[in-house]
Amino acid sequence: MTYIPHSLQERDAMLATIGVKKIEDLFEAVPAAHRFPALNLPPALSEMEAAAELQELALANETTQDLVSFLGAGVYNHYIPAAIDHILSRGEFYTAYTPYQPEISQGTLQAIFEYQSMMSELTGMEVSNASHYDGATALAEAVIMAVAQFRGKRKKIVTSPGVHPQYRATTHTYIQHGELQLVGAELDPSSGPEALIPLIDENTALVAVQYPDFFGRIYDYTQLAEAAHAAGALFAVAANPTALGLLKPPGEMGADIVVGEGQPLGIPLSYGGPYLGFFTTRKKFVRKMAGRLVGESTDSRGQRAFVLTLTPREQHIKRERATSNICSNQGLMALAASVYMSLLGQTGLRQVAELCYHKAHYAAEQVAKIPGYSLCYDEPFFHEFTVCCPKPVAEINEHLLEHGIIGGYDLGQDYPDMQNHMLIAVTEMNAKEEIDALAAVLAEVSHD
Amino acid sequence: MTDFKLQGQPKVVEPTIYELSTPGRTGVTFPDPDVPRAQLPDSMLRGRLPLPELSEADVIRHFVKLSTFNYSVDSGFYPLGSCTMKYNPKINEDAARLPGFTRLHPLQPIETTQGALVLMYQLQEWLKEISGFDAVSLQPAAGAHGELTGVLIMRAYHIHRGDDKRTKMLIPDSAHGTNPASSAMSGLQVVQIPSDERGNVGLDALRAACDETTIGMMLTNPNTLGLFDEHVEEISKIVHEAGGLMYGDGANLNALMGIAKMRDLGFDVMHFNLHKTFSTPHGGGGPGSGPVGVTAELADFLPAPIVDIVEEGNEDLPPLFGLVSPAKTIGRVKSFHGHFGVLVRAFTYIAMHGADGLRKVSEYAVLNANYLLARLRDAYTVPYDRTCMHEFVAEGRFADAPGIHALDIAKRLMDYGFHPPTNYFPLIVHEALMIEPTETENKDTLDAFVEAMLKIADEARSAPDLLHAAPQKTPFGRLDEVKAAKELILCCWLPEDYGNQ
Repeated sequence: MTYIPHSLQERDAMLATIGVKKIEDLFEAVPAAHRFPALNLPPALSEMEAAAELQELALANETTQDLVSFLGAGVYNHYIPAAIDHILSRGEFYTAYTPYQPEISQGTLQAIFEYQSMMSELTGMEVSNASHYDGATALAEAVIMAVAQFRGKRKKIVTSPGVHPQYRATTHTYIQHGELQLVGAELDPSSGPEALIPLIDENTALVAVQYPDFFGRIYDYTQLAEAAHAAGALFAVAANPTALGLLKPPGEMGADIVVGEGQPLGIPLSYGGPYLGFFTTRKKFVRKMAGRLVGESTDSRGQRAFVLTLTPREQHIKRERATSNICSNQGLMALAASVYMSLLGQTGLRQVAELCYHKAHYAAEQVAKIPGYSLCYDEPFFHEFTVCCPKPVAEINEHLLEHGIIGGYDLGQDYPDMQNHMLIAVTEMNAKEEIDALAAVLAEVSHD
Repeated sequence: MTDFKLQGQPKVVEPTIYELSTPGRTGVTFPDPDVPRAQLPDSMLRGRLPLPELSEADVIRHFVKLSTFNYSVDSGFYPLGSCTMKYNPKINEDAARLPGFTRLHPLQPIETTQGALVLMYQLQEWLKEISGFDAVSLQPAAGAHGELTGVLIMRAYHIHRGDDKRTKMLIPDSAHGTNPASSAMSGLQVVQIPSDERGNVGLDALRAACDETTIGMMLTNPNTLGLFDEHVEEISKIVHEAGGLMYGDGANLNALMGIAKMRDLGFDVMHFNLHKTFSTPHGGGGPGSGPVGVTAELADFLPAPIVDIVEEGNEDLPPLFGLVSPAKTIGRVKSFHGHFGVLVRAFTYIAMHGADGLRKVSEYAVLNANYLLARLRDAYTVPYDRTCMHEFVAEGRFADAPGIHALDIAKRLMDYGFHPPTNYFPLIVHEALMIEPTETENKDTLDAFVEAMLKIADEARSAPDLLHAAPQKTPFGRLDEVKAAKELILCCWLPEDYGNQ
């Protein structure tokens, strides 16, 4: 299959205009010894054959639709209203580039502006950028911004062990040559936010927590934010956007930066991506923020219009002095989140959040009743909770899978002291019968 | 300069989603809970959440209206240099939307995701074959993210062999801004290497800059002038002799598939832009995907995880694919395993092209660029004029039309129905117009574009005001960027909330 439209006559006419005999003549600058290497690739498929092969690969997976899933750990199986993909499938949106030419990109620009507005409201902050790659890289960029805020003079980053292990790992990768100190991960995961306070000092650039935390718990971080601010440090929260449909936003707790994974806002699981990193902050930090930003203005005809603004922060202008190297972001995924929030509104988002909350609490109650199982923590939780199990989680999950259930996340993978700890997520997609089935199979496992 | 003097309130062409909101409307409903309601945590509940409230039809009409303000590859010719705005095949979109892919949770047991893992493994193998490298990670999310990954790998390599003095990255003056930004993010100093009069890396300057503090060089080849560096092997040799490594910026790989393997040219590490070369759509700014390929020497430093065979197969069973962490990995560069949905599209594209098809893609991308160059070089100055690869850079200025800038030409092109080329980049060309037609454009489109460019060159002399006032046939005119930066209005609100801000 080819998407090249040239007829042979057209090709020859073009070669004649250029003044060469054949296409190969255009590549004389390429070292002859390495020119036109053979590529060992399978023979080209027609569209029909490719469609069949892709279908076969897709069918070789067992999905959250084929199975019942209680996996979360940062990615959640939510209902995606049909209208979203119809908007995302418009070529005018998905085949456009970054809106550098505002006269012919107002669709993308206004959509980003609306996304910025909704994310600011949702998180309780003042400004949002146009997106990062995912929640993990958004947190890494928050750390870089905080360090830059103190011109590199503060070297300590305090993070709670309740921040997603992959977010902490990504942050570590990003800052590994920055001579920074990442502390807090060594704390007992069962400790609350107050355990972080003694770690905060005059050398601390940022204190970062997650809300709800990785174990599903809800804390009011107001005091922690005050402690961070008392030491002159910034305070960042990695938040779950669905939870913010119900819970007090981090902006009300004193957050300076709110980041997170936007996937729950109408973006498919898609085996890990593409997702959406959101990043909101206070207006006073806007010039230190990474990423693109859209501002309102007017055009030469007196029409309200939108345009990329504060671009001197960015790599294509500032090069090595830019706030970040980010160029491509998650534009189309931000559009998905905008359409999702527009369709649901505050009532719908609250409804989804409450459904998750009620179902998760029902599940927790059922699981806690099974002999040998208990809830590990007493703190309030949102739609995910940690269960102390009588057996290794891997063993239990194998048994669950035989019954068509994908069990919860095995926390022992990231926290060596948390063997037999399972993180169970429940969303509006899980029917009561599914939760009952989970409890029934878990009960079987404890009897073995 | 454009006059932005405003008479009264600006005219609203399409209200914001907030302005369209009416309390009590909703675009989607959910069922009541099928479980008993639990006690909500009162002290933690939020007050009102001011999101817009609209019906589904209103939401659709709003976003469809917005979409009509956009120019896209699906609506016309998009010769945006360095961005490879080729046609995005529709089958790729359908493939990525198969429920067997979209409904997979990234943390599912690998036994349930073998289809996805086979696809990723196969794509790693194909990218290795196309580039000549020994190992590939699909994790990086975009080109710049791939750069950061590659630069961190270069640093890790040197540090691991006990050499921690290498902190200087050599970068040509024609490089993309992401190259120096990625180096700075990795804690490195950037040393800029000037280009020579043929648009190649200046070899004397390169030799002078190389020493025991050189971590390596980041080179885009073909470079951002659209030229294949005639000394690429010599450059690699100089950098390698100084103990440095060669980083290949794969932004311009669309010129090289089946033409040359980056590894053979002396590169040690490179990133691919699946959203350029392999036709995955740009999405109005993303998502992209920036896999990284490396030599065997660097394979152990790749970010975790990569896909590999974790249990060999036998006559009865296929091998089991899984996610593994390379021995000396730089760590994880994002959560999970990469932009899987983008990988599916690139996989589909390669599967449908094969070796001959990919070579043809590069050949015709180069043919189209040289055809435009041949037809435009008399009307526009091309400062580094020799056979180009997939793009070329002209000057958007005329000696006998001193008031005309590249920006004016770009905006006037919109009136003729075309997306403008990249302008003001690369920085080493005055008033640059960087033109990349890609292979999917037919001769008629190229001819129409040439006609428009030639007309504009005439208008620049005969009717310069037409260019200064352009665009006029687009839904919006030029933007007041100063006002945007000065007023910094970055959000809209519900009408009733405006007073509170």
